[in-house]
Amino acid sequence: MNHQLVIRDLTVSYSRIPAVHHLSASIHCGSCVALLGPNGAGKTTLLKAIAGLLPVETGCIRFEGHELGDHPSRAIAYVPQREAVDWDFPITVRGLVEMGRYPALGNWASFGSKDREAVEEALHVCDLEDLADRQISALSGGQQQRSFLARAWAQRAEIYLLDEPFTGLDRNATEAFAAAMRRLRDAGKLVIASHHDLKSVEALFDQILLLNGELVVCGPTAEAFTPENLDRAYGMHIFSGHAHHHHDHA
Amino acid sequence: MNWLLEPFQYEFMQRALLACVLVGFTNGFLGAFVVVRRLALMADALSHSLLPGLALAAIVVGLSPAGLLLGGLLAAVFVALGGHLISRSSRVKEETAIAALYIVAFAFGIAIIKYAGVKVSLDHFLFGNILGVGDSDLWTSYAITCAVLLLLVALQRPLLLTIFESSVAKALGVPVGLLLGMLILLIVLAMVSSLQAVGVLLSLGLLILPAATIYLLSDSFDTMLWGGAALGTVGSVAGLLLSFWANIPSGPAIVLILGALFLAAYLFGPRYGVLSRYFKRRHLHEESLERWEKK
Repeated sequence: MNHQLVIRDLTVSYSRIPAVHHLSASIHCGSCVALLGPNGAGKTTLLKAIAGLLPVETGCIRFEGHELGDHPSRAIAYVPQREAVDWDFPITVRGLVEMGRYPALGNWASFGSKDREAVEEALHVCDLEDLADRQISALSGGQQQRSFLARAWAQRAEIYLLDEPFTGLDRNATEAFAAAMRRLRDAGKLVIASHHDLKSVEALFDQILLLNGELVVCGPTAEAFTPENLDRAYGMHIFSGHAHHHHDHA
Repeated sequence: MNWLLEPFQYEFMQRALLACVLVGFTNGFLGAFVVVRRLALMADALSHSLLPGLALAAIVVGLSPAGLLLGGLLAAVFVALGGHLISRSSRVKEETAIAALYIVAFAFGIAIIKYAGVKVSLDHFLFGNILGVGDSDLWTSYAITCAVLLLLVALQRPLLLTIFESSVAKALGVPVGLLLGMLILLIVLAMVSSLQAVGVLLSLGLLILPAATIYLLSDSFDTMLWGGAALGTVGSVAGLLLSFWANIPSGPAIVLILGALFLAAYLFGPRYGVLSRYFKRRHLHEESLERWEKK
């Protein structure tokens, strides 16, 4: 049996307003999960709670038998929205990826050949080898996202939490990022990304977790991504046009 | 070489030289964190809030370096923490709250400084006098240099994670709030050490100008740290010599030298300099035109 992320009866508040209510779900590693739901559904809150950035009010989050949240875990990598990062920071792509090794190294251990290997491997997996010596603002949006993915890989993370990674990416960048995401999946990692473009869900993700404050559905995209579930999450028929369109061609 | 060594046959110049090296190095090194974390205005507020602390310390315990250090630290912590609290408990944003507190603290400092002991003058606090550096000042600077360097080097990795992206750092278990608080404390310590050399108002220049200059020249944080320290040292010593030859106060001389270097990097930096970028853009434009014509 695969590793899995188990969430049980989770309630989390954001600025004192409960944003995720009594959510239970379990997700196997080796998949790409889209976190979907209307604005304010608690997508970012859930991501931050799994990353250990928000206090858990009820319930628990477990991974590989360990409870998360009370102590942050190296197995989890949180990737913030692109706007949250100062891209003028004096660092190259390689420097950024090297930061992924810091938690394992602690304060004093020197950067050894193993660490260098991990960094090269991460650059390779995310297809960034040619860009390794660029300053991070000299990258396109998709490349910036991939460099954070590479940093998480160098950290040897098992769970990758991405906050709206596809926002603002054009088609080619989306393709390249999705390819990197699939490589992580095929290596047995769990990728969870909040996402708002319903049109691209089926092409990019093999599982969905649909939220509207509480869990609507969690499962394989082919089964769970239905107009009925979307209606339940979004409360009205705003996206029915697309969903029907999908069924016409299915 | 004689012209360079001649000033240092005086003992006060030897002390001043040592003070410049210590203060320039420490501030230059710390400056990288201040510039990258965008704490320059915070540091400015801290430098101003030193004054009332120093004045109170001078009134209560006289001009002992330990008392000044403690007074300055307390005042700066009051402003930094107070600003934080006000911004969290009201709709006033943090920079406004800190500005409001530090300027009131500054006014309070000016108002009470005349009650301090005999020799204290406002000029001395505000602008410093590196030629009057005493043994105890040097020892204070030395201790602060050691403490700042030790902490920053030992905690460089978690600090770098924190100032680059604090939520990612937090998710990795880095004590982000504690490290940022420590950074503020170190800024105050470095400013106290540069007090005698350049005074309350100009200490900011020593802190941010070297790091800002290297920031315009390099894409490596390590280079910013050590390059900033080297530039701070060289700039301070050059400023000291300038003040000796031109007979101007040491503080302005040091800051003017560092400012000239910053301006030079802004204009002529090979990658991020304004002029270089201007000419490079034209070049790239021509290159792309060429490529079009070939197609």
